[in-house]
Amino acid sequence: MTTEPVTREETYLAHGIFLFLLVFLLWIMLAGSLEPGEIVTGLMVALVVTLASRPHLSVFSGLRLSPSAIGPFLAYLGVFFVELVRSNIDMARRVLSPSLPLRPAVVEVKTRLSSSLGRLILANSITLTPGTLTVDVRGEIILVHWVDCPPDSDIESATRAITSKFERHLKGFVR
Amino acid sequence: MRLLADVILLIGAAFTLLGALGLVRMPDVYNRIQAGTKAVTLGALSLLLGIGLLYPQWWSKLLVIALMILVTNPLGSSTIARALLMAGVQPWKKVESNSTGENNP
Repeated sequence: MTTEPVTREETYLAHGIFLFLLVFLLWIMLAGSLEPGEIVTGLMVALVVTLASRPHLSVFSGLRLSPSAIGPFLAYLGVFFVELVRSNIDMARRVLSPSLPLRPAVVEVKTRLSSSLGRLILANSITLTPGTLTVDVRGEIILVHWVDCPPDSDIESATRAITSKFERHLKGFVR
Repeated sequence: MRLLADVILLIGAAFTLLGALGLVRMPDVYNRIQAGTKAVTLGALSLLLGIGLLYPQWWSKLLVIALMILVTNPLGSSTIARALLMAGVQPWKKVESNSTGENNP
Protein backbone atom coordinates (compact mmCIF):
# COMPACT_ATOMS: atom_id res chain seq x y z
CA MET A 1 0.00 0.00 0.00
CA THR A 2 2.93 2.33 0.63
CA THR A 3 4.07 2.14 -2.98
CA GLU A 4 0.77 3.61 -4.17
CA PRO A 5 1.48 6.65 -6.38
CA VAL A 6 -1.83 8.47 -5.73
CA THR A 7 -2.17 10.33 -2.46
CA ARG A 8 -4.45 9.25 0.32
CA GLU A 9 -6.97 12.02 -0.32
CA GLU A 10 -7.34 11.13 -3.99
CA THR A 11 -7.86 7.49 -3.11
CA TYR A 12 -10.53 8.50 -0.63
CA LEU A 13 -12.30 10.64 -3.23
CA ALA A 14 -12.33 7.86 -5.82
CA HIS A 15 -13.60 5.30 -3.33
CA GLY A 16 -16.14 7.77 -1.98
CA ILE A 17 -17.54 8.21 -5.48
CA PHE A 18 -17.53 4.43 -5.90
CA LEU A 19 -19.52 3.94 -2.69
CA PHE A 20 -21.90 6.75 -3.67
CA LEU A 21 -22.66 5.12 -7.03
CA LEU A 22 -23.00 1.71 -5.36
CA VAL A 23 -25.53 2.95 -2.79
CA PHE A 24 -27.43 4.89 -5.46
CA LEU A 25 -27.58 1.80 -7.71
CA LEU A 26 -28.80 -0.27 -4.76
CA TRP A 27 -31.53 2.29 -4.06
CA ILE A 28 -32.72 2.35 -7.68
CA MET A 29 -32.73 -1.46 -7.84
CA LEU A 30 -34.76 -1.75 -4.64
CA ALA A 31 -37.14 1.00 -5.76
CA GLY A 32 -37.56 -0.77 -9.10
CA SER A 33 -38.54 2.41 -10.92
CA LEU A 34 -36.84 5.41 -12.56
CA GLU A 35 -39.29 8.12 -11.52
CA PRO A 36 -37.71 11.55 -10.83
CA GLY A 37 -38.81 11.38 -7.19
CA GLU A 38 -37.01 8.08 -6.65
CA ILE A 39 -33.85 9.36 -8.35
CA VAL A 40 -33.70 12.54 -6.25
CA THR A 41 -34.34 10.64 -3.00
CA GLY A 42 -31.76 8.04 -4.01
CA LEU A 43 -29.11 10.67 -4.70
CA MET A 44 -29.74 12.29 -1.32
CA VAL A 45 -29.65 9.00 0.58
CA ALA A 46 -26.47 7.94 -1.25
CA LEU A 47 -24.80 11.24 -0.37
CA VAL A 48 -25.73 10.97 3.32
CA VAL A 49 -24.57 7.34 3.50
CA THR A 50 -21.27 8.14 1.78
CA LEU A 51 -20.56 11.10 4.06
CA ALA A 52 -21.57 9.16 7.18
CA SER A 53 -19.31 6.23 6.31
CA ARG A 54 -16.25 8.34 5.52
CA PRO A 55 -14.21 7.00 8.47
CA HIS A 56 -14.71 3.45 7.13
CA LEU A 57 -13.93 4.17 3.48
CA SER A 58 -10.50 2.57 3.92
CA VAL A 59 -12.25 -0.80 3.49
CA PHE A 60 -12.48 0.02 -0.21
CA SER A 61 -8.83 1.02 -0.46
CA GLY A 62 -8.00 -2.53 -1.56
CA LEU A 63 -10.11 -2.05 -4.66
CA ARG A 64 -8.46 -1.24 -7.97
CA LEU A 65 -10.70 1.30 -9.69
CA SER A 66 -9.62 1.27 -13.31
CA PRO A 67 -11.22 0.09 -16.55
CA SER A 68 -8.69 -2.76 -16.76
CA ALA A 69 -10.21 -4.22 -13.58
CA ILE A 70 -13.47 -5.11 -15.34
CA GLY A 71 -12.02 -8.05 -17.30
CA PRO A 72 -10.59 -9.87 -14.27
CA PHE A 73 -13.79 -9.14 -12.34
CA LEU A 74 -15.97 -10.83 -14.97
CA ALA A 75 -13.50 -13.73 -15.23
CA TYR A 76 -13.67 -14.08 -11.44
CA LEU A 77 -17.49 -14.15 -11.51
CA GLY A 78 -17.39 -16.89 -14.15
CA VAL A 79 -14.94 -19.03 -12.19
CA PHE A 80 -16.94 -18.40 -9.02
CA PHE A 81 -20.28 -19.64 -10.38
CA VAL A 82 -18.72 -22.69 -12.02
CA GLU A 83 -17.08 -23.56 -8.69
CA LEU A 84 -20.34 -22.94 -6.81
CA VAL A 85 -22.23 -25.42 -8.98
CA ARG A 86 -19.35 -27.93 -8.83
CA SER A 87 -19.21 -27.69 -5.05
CA ASN A 88 -22.92 -28.40 -4.78
CA ILE A 89 -22.72 -31.46 -7.01
CA ASP A 90 -19.71 -32.64 -5.01
CA MET A 91 -21.56 -32.11 -1.72
CA ALA A 92 -24.68 -33.86 -3.05
CA ARG A 93 -22.55 -36.86 -4.03
CA ARG A 94 -21.03 -37.07 -0.55
CA VAL A 95 -24.34 -36.65 1.26
CA LEU A 96 -26.12 -39.27 -0.86
CA SER A 97 -23.41 -41.95 -0.86
CA PRO A 98 -24.05 -44.49 1.89
CA SER A 99 -20.42 -44.64 3.07
CA LEU A 100 -20.00 -40.86 3.60
CA PRO A 101 -16.63 -40.38 1.85
CA LEU A 102 -15.03 -37.84 4.21
CA ARG A 103 -11.41 -37.23 5.19
CA PRO A 104 -11.75 -33.92 7.03
CA ALA A 105 -8.79 -31.85 8.18
CA VAL A 106 -8.01 -28.23 9.01
CA VAL A 107 -5.22 -26.92 6.79
CA GLU A 108 -3.45 -23.59 6.49
CA VAL A 109 -3.49 -21.71 3.21
CA LYS A 110 -1.30 -18.74 2.44
CA THR A 111 -2.68 -15.84 0.44
CA ARG A 112 -0.77 -13.25 -1.57
CA LEU A 113 -3.57 -10.67 -1.34
CA SER A 114 -2.63 -7.87 1.03
CA SER A 115 -5.87 -5.90 1.48
CA SER A 116 -8.59 -6.89 3.92
CA LEU A 117 -11.24 -6.60 1.21
CA GLY A 118 -9.32 -8.98 -1.06
CA ARG A 119 -8.93 -11.47 1.77
CA LEU A 120 -12.63 -11.20 2.57
CA ILE A 121 -13.62 -11.99 -1.02
CA LEU A 122 -11.11 -14.85 -1.17
CA ALA A 123 -12.32 -16.28 2.17
CA ASN A 124 -15.94 -16.15 1.02
CA SER A 125 -15.02 -17.78 -2.29
CA ILE A 126 -13.17 -20.59 -0.50
CA THR A 127 -16.26 -21.29 1.60
CA LEU A 128 -18.35 -21.76 -1.53
CA THR A 129 -15.89 -23.98 -3.44
CA PRO A 130 -15.90 -27.78 -3.43
CA GLY A 131 -15.27 -29.23 0.00
CA THR A 132 -13.65 -26.25 1.68
CA LEU A 133 -14.82 -23.92 4.46
CA THR A 134 -12.93 -20.88 5.69
CA VAL A 135 -12.58 -21.10 9.46
CA ASP A 136 -10.35 -18.14 10.30
CA VAL A 137 -8.18 -15.49 8.69
CA ARG A 138 -4.98 -14.66 10.58
CA GLY A 139 -2.97 -12.17 8.60
CA GLU A 140 -1.89 -13.87 5.39
CA ILE A 141 -2.81 -17.32 6.70
CA ILE A 142 -6.31 -18.60 5.99
CA LEU A 143 -7.45 -21.59 8.05
CA VAL A 144 -9.53 -23.89 5.88
CA HIS A 145 -11.62 -26.89 6.90
CA TRP A 146 -11.24 -29.40 4.10
CA VAL A 147 -13.75 -32.20 3.73
CA ASP A 148 -11.53 -34.39 1.57
CA CYS A 149 -7.91 -33.83 2.51
CA PRO A 150 -5.85 -36.29 0.45
CA PRO A 151 -3.67 -38.30 2.85
CA ASP A 152 0.13 -38.71 2.40
CA SER A 153 0.24 -36.13 -0.35
CA ASP A 154 1.97 -32.81 -0.73
CA ILE A 155 -0.23 -30.53 1.41
CA GLU A 156 1.59 -27.42 0.20
CA SER A 157 0.74 -27.85 -3.49
CA ALA A 158 -2.71 -29.25 -2.75
CA THR A 159 -3.68 -26.16 -0.75
CA ARG A 160 -2.12 -23.90 -3.36
CA ALA A 161 -4.71 -25.26 -5.81
CA ILE A 162 -7.56 -24.06 -3.54
CA THR A 163 -6.56 -20.42 -3.70
CA SER A 164 -4.69 -20.05 -7.00
CA LYS A 165 -7.68 -20.25 -9.32
CA PHE A 166 -9.35 -17.35 -7.50
CA GLU A 167 -6.24 -15.35 -6.72
CA ARG A 168 -5.25 -15.25 -10.36
CA HIS A 169 -8.38 -13.25 -11.24
CA LEU A 170 -8.77 -11.48 -7.88
CA LYS A 171 -5.33 -9.87 -8.23
CA GLY A 172 -6.71 -8.02 -11.26
CA PHE A 173 -9.20 -5.95 -9.26
CA VAL A 174 -8.19 -6.08 -5.59
CA ARG A 175 -4.84 -5.84 -3.84
CA MET B 1 -40.60 -19.94 -20.04
CA ARG B 2 -43.03 -21.29 -17.48
CA LEU B 3 -41.56 -24.78 -17.79
CA LEU B 4 -37.97 -23.52 -17.51
CA ALA B 5 -38.88 -21.52 -14.39
CA ASP B 6 -40.52 -24.57 -12.84
CA VAL B 7 -37.47 -26.74 -13.55
CA ILE B 8 -35.14 -24.16 -11.97
CA LEU B 9 -37.42 -23.79 -8.94
CA LEU B 10 -37.42 -27.58 -8.60
CA ILE B 11 -33.60 -27.70 -8.77
CA GLY B 12 -33.42 -25.01 -6.09
CA ALA B 13 -35.79 -26.94 -3.86
CA ALA B 14 -33.83 -30.15 -4.46
CA PHE B 15 -30.51 -28.56 -3.45
CA THR B 16 -32.10 -27.09 -0.33
CA LEU B 17 -33.43 -30.56 0.51
CA LEU B 18 -29.93 -32.03 -0.02
CA GLY B 19 -28.58 -29.38 2.33
CA ALA B 20 -31.09 -30.43 4.99
CA LEU B 21 -30.16 -34.07 4.42
CA GLY B 22 -26.50 -33.13 4.78
CA LEU B 23 -27.24 -31.52 8.14
CA VAL B 24 -28.64 -34.84 9.35
CA ARG B 25 -26.06 -37.17 7.83
CA MET B 26 -22.75 -35.36 8.39
CA PRO B 27 -20.67 -36.56 11.35
CA ASP B 28 -19.59 -33.29 12.92
CA VAL B 29 -20.46 -29.63 13.11
CA TYR B 30 -17.86 -28.42 10.56
CA ASN B 31 -19.08 -30.80 7.89
CA ARG B 32 -22.66 -29.83 8.69
CA ILE B 33 -21.82 -26.18 8.16
CA GLN B 34 -20.21 -27.09 4.82
CA ALA B 35 -23.24 -29.00 3.60
CA GLY B 36 -25.62 -26.34 4.87
CA THR B 37 -23.83 -23.32 3.42
CA LYS B 38 -23.13 -24.58 -0.08
CA ALA B 39 -26.42 -26.29 -0.79
CA VAL B 40 -28.58 -23.53 0.68
CA THR B 41 -26.66 -20.78 -1.16
CA LEU B 42 -27.11 -22.38 -4.57
CA GLY B 43 -30.64 -23.49 -3.65
CA ALA B 44 -31.65 -19.95 -2.73
CA LEU B 45 -30.01 -18.55 -5.86
CA SER B 46 -31.88 -20.93 -8.15
CA LEU B 47 -35.15 -20.21 -6.33
CA LEU B 48 -34.54 -16.50 -6.92
CA LEU B 49 -33.70 -17.18 -10.58
CA GLY B 50 -36.88 -19.19 -10.98
CA ILE B 51 -38.97 -16.41 -9.42
CA GLY B 52 -37.19 -13.93 -11.68
CA LEU B 53 -38.28 -15.93 -14.74
CA LEU B 54 -41.88 -16.05 -13.51
CA TYR B 55 -42.04 -12.37 -12.54
CA PRO B 56 -39.53 -10.50 -14.76
CA GLN B 57 -40.57 -7.12 -13.29
CA TRP B 58 -38.94 -8.08 -9.96
CA TRP B 59 -35.48 -8.85 -11.36
CA SER B 60 -33.69 -5.88 -9.76
CA LYS B 61 -34.93 -6.64 -6.25
CA LEU B 62 -34.17 -10.34 -6.68
CA LEU B 63 -30.63 -9.46 -7.80
CA VAL B 64 -30.11 -7.41 -4.64
CA ILE B 65 -31.36 -10.32 -2.51
CA ALA B 66 -29.02 -12.70 -4.37
CA LEU B 67 -26.02 -10.42 -3.78
CA MET B 68 -26.89 -10.15 -0.09
CA ILE B 69 -27.10 -13.94 0.21
CA LEU B 70 -23.79 -14.39 -1.65
CA VAL B 71 -21.98 -12.01 0.68
CA THR B 72 -23.55 -12.84 4.05
CA ASN B 73 -24.08 -16.61 3.83
CA PRO B 74 -20.41 -17.71 3.62
CA LEU B 75 -19.45 -14.97 6.06
CA GLY B 76 -21.91 -16.24 8.68
CA SER B 77 -20.72 -19.82 8.24
CA SER B 78 -17.08 -18.82 8.62
CA THR B 79 -17.91 -16.88 11.76
CA ILE B 80 -19.70 -19.84 13.33
CA ALA B 81 -16.82 -22.16 12.37
CA ARG B 82 -14.29 -19.70 13.80
CA ALA B 83 -16.18 -19.49 17.09
CA LEU B 84 -16.30 -23.30 17.27
CA LEU B 85 -12.57 -23.62 16.62
CA MET B 86 -11.83 -21.02 19.29
CA ALA B 87 -14.11 -22.87 21.71
CA GLY B 88 -11.92 -25.95 21.11
CA VAL B 89 -14.23 -28.17 19.06
CA GLN B 90 -11.97 -30.62 17.22
CA PRO B 91 -12.78 -31.72 13.66
CA TRP B 92 -14.10 -35.24 13.33
CA LYS B 93 -11.60 -37.94 12.30
CA LYS B 94 -12.59 -41.14 10.63
CA VAL B 95 -11.90 -44.15 12.86
CA GLU B 96 -10.49 -46.95 10.73
CA SER B 97 -11.13 -49.82 13.13
CA ASN B 98 -14.64 -50.33 14.37
CA SER B 99 -13.47 -50.96 17.94
CA THR B 100 -14.90 -47.81 19.51
CA GLY B 101 -18.11 -48.08 17.55
CA GLU B 102 -18.89 -44.50 18.38
CA ASN B 103 -17.69 -42.53 15.39
CA ASN B 104 -18.29 -45.21 12.80
CA PRO B 105 -21.94 -45.69 11.99
